[in-house]
Amino acid sequence: MEQPLELESDDDLTDSEESVYSGLEDSGSDSTNSSAGEEEEDEEEREEPGNGGAPEVKGAPRKSKALGADPPPKDSEGLSVPDEYEEDSSDEEDIRNTVGNIPMEWYQDFPHIGYDLEGKRIYKPIRNKDELDKFLEKMENPDYWRTVQDKMTGADIKLTDEQVDLVHRLQKGQFGDVHFNPYEPAIDFFTHEVMIHPVTNRPADKRSFIPSLIEKEKVSKLVHAIKMGWIKPRKPKEDTPTYYDLWAHEDPNSILGRHKMHVPAPKMKLPGHEESYNPPPEYLLSEEEKLAWEQQEPAERRLNFVPQQYRCLRAVPAYPRFIHERFERCLDLYLCPRQRKMRVNVDPEDLIPKLPKPRDLQPFPTTQALVYRGHSSLVRCLSVSPSGQWLASGSDDGTVRFWEVCTARCMKTLPVGGVVKSIAWNPNPTVCLVAICVEQSVLLVNPCLGDKLLYGATDQVLESYVPPEEERVQPVQWVTATSEEHSRGIRLTVQHSKALKQVTWHGKGDYFATVVADNSNMQVLIHQTSKRWSQNPFRKSKGLVQCVLFHPIRPYFFVATQRYVRVYNLLKQELTKKLMANCKWVSSMAIHPAGDNVICGSYDSKLAWFDLDLSTRPYQLLRHHRKALRSVAFHKHYPLFASGSDDGTVIVCHGMVYNDLLQNPLLVPVKVLKGHALTLDLGVLDVIFHPTQPWVFSSGADGTVRLYT
Amino acid sequence: MGGLEKKKYQRGSATNYITRNKARKKLQLSLPDFRRLCILKGIYPHEPKHKKKVNKGSTAARTFYLLKDIKFLLHEPIVNKFREYKIFVRKLRKAYGKSEWGTAERLKDNKPTYKLDHIVKERYPTFVDALRDLDDALSMCFLFSTFPRTGKCHVQTIQLCRRLAVEFLNYVIASRSLRKVFLSIKGIYYQAEVLGQPITWITPYAFAHDHPTDVDYRVMATFTEFYTTLLGFVNFRLYHSLNLHYPPKIDGQAEVELKPAEGKEYAMDSESYLEKLSALSASLARVVAPTQEDDVEMDEFPVEGETAEQMDARKKEQEALEKHKKLFEGLRFFLNREVPREPLAFIIRCFGGQVSWDKSLCIGATYDVRDPSITHQIVDRPQVEQQVVGRYYLQPQWVFDSVNAKLCLPVADYFPGVLLPPHLSPFVTEQEGDYIPPEKLKLLAMQRGEDPGEESEEEEEEEEEEDDNDKEEEEEEEDESEKEEEMKLKKMEEQKTQSNKVTAGKVRLEDKQRLEQEQQSEEKRLAIMMMKKREKYLYKKIMFGKKRKIREANKLAAKRKAHDTAMKEEKKKTKKARRA
Repeated sequence: MEQPLELESDDDLTDSEESVYSGLEDSGSDSTNSSAGEEEEDEEEREEPGNGGAPEVKGAPRKSKALGADPPPKDSEGLSVPDEYEEDSSDEEDIRNTVGNIPMEWYQDFPHIGYDLEGKRIYKPIRNKDELDKFLEKMENPDYWRTVQDKMTGADIKLTDEQVDLVHRLQKGQFGDVHFNPYEPAIDFFTHEVMIHPVTNRPADKRSFIPSLIEKEKVSKLVHAIKMGWIKPRKPKEDTPTYYDLWAHEDPNSILGRHKMHVPAPKMKLPGHEESYNPPPEYLLSEEEKLAWEQQEPAERRLNFVPQQYRCLRAVPAYPRFIHERFERCLDLYLCPRQRKMRVNVDPEDLIPKLPKPRDLQPFPTTQALVYRGHSSLVRCLSVSPSGQWLASGSDDGTVRFWEVCTARCMKTLPVGGVVKSIAWNPNPTVCLVAICVEQSVLLVNPCLGDKLLYGATDQVLESYVPPEEERVQPVQWVTATSEEHSRGIRLTVQHSKALKQVTWHGKGDYFATVVADNSNMQVLIHQTSKRWSQNPFRKSKGLVQCVLFHPIRPYFFVATQRYVRVYNLLKQELTKKLMANCKWVSSMAIHPAGDNVICGSYDSKLAWFDLDLSTRPYQLLRHHRKALRSVAFHKHYPLFASGSDDGTVIVCHGMVYNDLLQNPLLVPVKVLKGHALTLDLGVLDVIFHPTQPWVFSSGADGTVRLYT
Repeated sequence: MGGLEKKKYQRGSATNYITRNKARKKLQLSLPDFRRLCILKGIYPHEPKHKKKVNKGSTAARTFYLLKDIKFLLHEPIVNKFREYKIFVRKLRKAYGKSEWGTAERLKDNKPTYKLDHIVKERYPTFVDALRDLDDALSMCFLFSTFPRTGKCHVQTIQLCRRLAVEFLNYVIASRSLRKVFLSIKGIYYQAEVLGQPITWITPYAFAHDHPTDVDYRVMATFTEFYTTLLGFVNFRLYHSLNLHYPPKIDGQAEVELKPAEGKEYAMDSESYLEKLSALSASLARVVAPTQEDDVEMDEFPVEGETAEQMDARKKEQEALEKHKKLFEGLRFFLNREVPREPLAFIIRCFGGQVSWDKSLCIGATYDVRDPSITHQIVDRPQVEQQVVGRYYLQPQWVFDSVNAKLCLPVADYFPGVLLPPHLSPFVTEQEGDYIPPEKLKLLAMQRGEDPGEESEEEEEEEEEEDDNDKEEEEEEEDESEKEEEMKLKKMEEQKTQSNKVTAGKVRLEDKQRLEQEQQSEEKRLAIMMMKKREKYLYKKIMFGKKRKIREANKLAAKRKAHDTAMKEEKKKTKKARRA
């Protein structure tokens, strides 16, 4: 029944609808009285009668529906309709202000708000309300909440109840019209049912009966292409891969064709007990371990998970990093360089060199036998008399003490008034003389120990000196001791210009050499006791001299600078060899009694053994000590050498030198001797062997001298 | 002399390597394509020995490939396919841009595809090679088969992975080649021995994945693409080695059993095929009907140079293996619905047991809970109501531990609600000096045939006795302390009396052994001093490793001891509380 209704509304001609539209017109005439604005609206409608039809059509369905439901009394409809018109024309209602649809803020700073139809200014209503007024108004005016300001006129407008209601409805998102039903059943414009009659009565075209020529041409082209094999039938799609016996003809001998260096991917590490969901309790991490685990870098962790214990399988959650781990494995497989690592699978015992047992290399000092106490400060230097009966020690407390070796008795104390840097007993057994370095002078002291004839003879030799007729220019001064000094044992004083470092005797006992702490060519001086004269062997300084030594047999002279040991031939007066010590700072040096081997101790805790026949580089570098070496010593008869270090130990080594030139020296450490206490980070300061027995003396920073036998 | 000056970096190692970018340019591939190619062909970078030389004097961090590898890639037909695909994508984009839907449809139909068969053959010339590399393939397939069917990767891939994984599981059941299983916190590890190759894989626990964002799924998908191809061919070969149909067919008899009652089917046979297969409860059909005399005696081929003892040992091993394979033979299991069905069904079937579950849980249930012939029911809840007489109610760990121990363990420790004994990893073989947990020691003793059950009882008894003893001891201690004081007094008196006397000196016994030991250790120390620098470094490194190992073992032992004493004290306290 709706279909024909709509069609008719299009036509707008039938009489049956007349009543409806007449009603509309009635209402329109009614509304003319209500307001001037509406009147104008109506006028507009009349001016454009063509347009006027449109709203009518719009309104039609609802009206028709109302009609369909029940024909309502005309009066009520007549009442409702003018309301509708009011709404429609509301936006063009007030045209007293002709500025048009512009933002009203443009007139903010002006006294007027626009222009009326005559072009005169419309002034803003006088507003001088301050906050207080506003507040009072708010309090007093019961209609304050429904008062709004009209922007166009600037006047306050009180909203009517209907308007307020409208605002509420709009705020709620409802339609403005109370009577509008948004949920009306939809009426299709075209019905979904197939109608038996066509909409138009036009006969079909001719072309819809005749086969198309263009299509024929296309088909013939396709047929031709198929015949010629240009178009192939579509390949059937293969969704599932097919498998077959890929390794049917496998060649067991074939290697990877690519390259021989292919490294197959290593397998993943298999899980240990700690990965179990219910591990033994010892594998769980304690609180501290857990904390440490969390603070570690993820790459550094030994386990990439925290071991956990669950009471039953039901309680085990999903592992959150499962996909990560698979992904990391993938990355490893295609991004990691692979390398075949040769894992050294050696028994550590095999690495230890097979050395002759120390027991077979006896004798050597093994135990501490005696302690010589008496010095109050560190004992810097030691010297043993050639007979082996006496021991002299010089200390920082400014004294030199003479001890009897076998009893550890202090026979004599000689105050020298300064730090004793070096002390050397004359190696000539017929002379009883000790050279002592004190500050800037060397004291030649007769200790008056032992055989009375012997030391008497020494004094006689010294006194028999006859000064030469013509004074020679000397770098030092030889001074005979005063009587007071003479009574203490001092016989001669050799005064240098600078502080002294070391004194050492020539094997014959007539010459001795001194080292001055200076960086000039005057560092090394050689003195002759019998003639009381000194000479400077070097014209040029080659660096800071650490120590000097005379060759025990031949006329060679060894000078150790920081890094090198230079060997000079005293007869030819030339440099014969320069030994490279391979260390930073040589501290001490000793020469094998046969004279072909030299050892050098250095402050970087190395001991270099030079075989002079082999090369100028060390035959062996021994890193036995943990701290700087202070002194090294050879034994006169036994194949032993010792080194004392700041770590408080003396290491005695067996150093066999063979007469056969083809056989290299055999070096075996045989004993680590401990005993000295560390004071001021210093341990053993001097080491010296007994001339005849396999005993070793050591002096330490703790103010003691110790004898190991 | 003279001649042309040789240019640098034109010979030697600099010419053997190529940087990644250069390789990419040489192959005319984009970086993702190059990555795909490397993954598929198994090409990995190389670390040159002298990086600076290879890098032409620069020390910038670069990835190097062997030039030979890249030249080898040049001949790969897949590279052309990649290019074709690139062109295809370009055409498709153009078609979409022009809104030519027909063209797009046509292009899509002719999407270029490629096969990886030849690459599999090339990378694994022999079947054993392929088996050796199967670990990652299996783990990846099992992971992908658990992915949801949405996003992340193609549904077809997931389905294929699931199919291949289920096929492999069925093969392992049919060949009874499972050896070890392990419940870790990451997932479940399985180890099977196929043709003498140990194959280990891990499956995640059945939970939905929380897909991480920092994982490149394209890389994983490329790997999976290769792995599915590999696994398919391996499965084919494995099935044929057992005379089984491939694709697998369920045994006719079993299929009839599996078929639900008429009218209750929820899917067509073809649709529920994979589900039935993944139920793992039915045996597979063979190409040739199996003869009854399956266990033919192995012919003995005496190997030259093998002594009788070795032969015996080998024989024994063989027997033990056979016994292990038939671990659950004759046992009937029932899985409660709260236990993970697939792993347990798989394991039980691998060792010859029969297994069933609730019908509503999964297809393929063969018998009901009420079946009186059930010997073991696997439950994972604190207590079981309505226990049926004649069967053991056990926690799932029993199955896993029994498989690893190669014998059916005593059931008492695994009853529901009982505190379980620790679950140990079967992959650890302790060497000398390693820490061995006491449970493992007990297990080893059990495997050797000793009965540790009595011991434990004895221990308990001892413990009780100890408890009693403790009290006595306390009393004794008091007595002793008094006694000691008396003794002391006596001694003092004696000393006083003795002080004036001259007594015969006692011979101080020197511990000769200790002396010798000391001497030896000193000799060793001296010898170490004489080592060469390089050897000393090596020696120190080895010794450091050894010491760390010992330290760790000691730490574990100490932890265990502390834990045990704590437990004991707690026990005592509860006992006392109970007594009071």
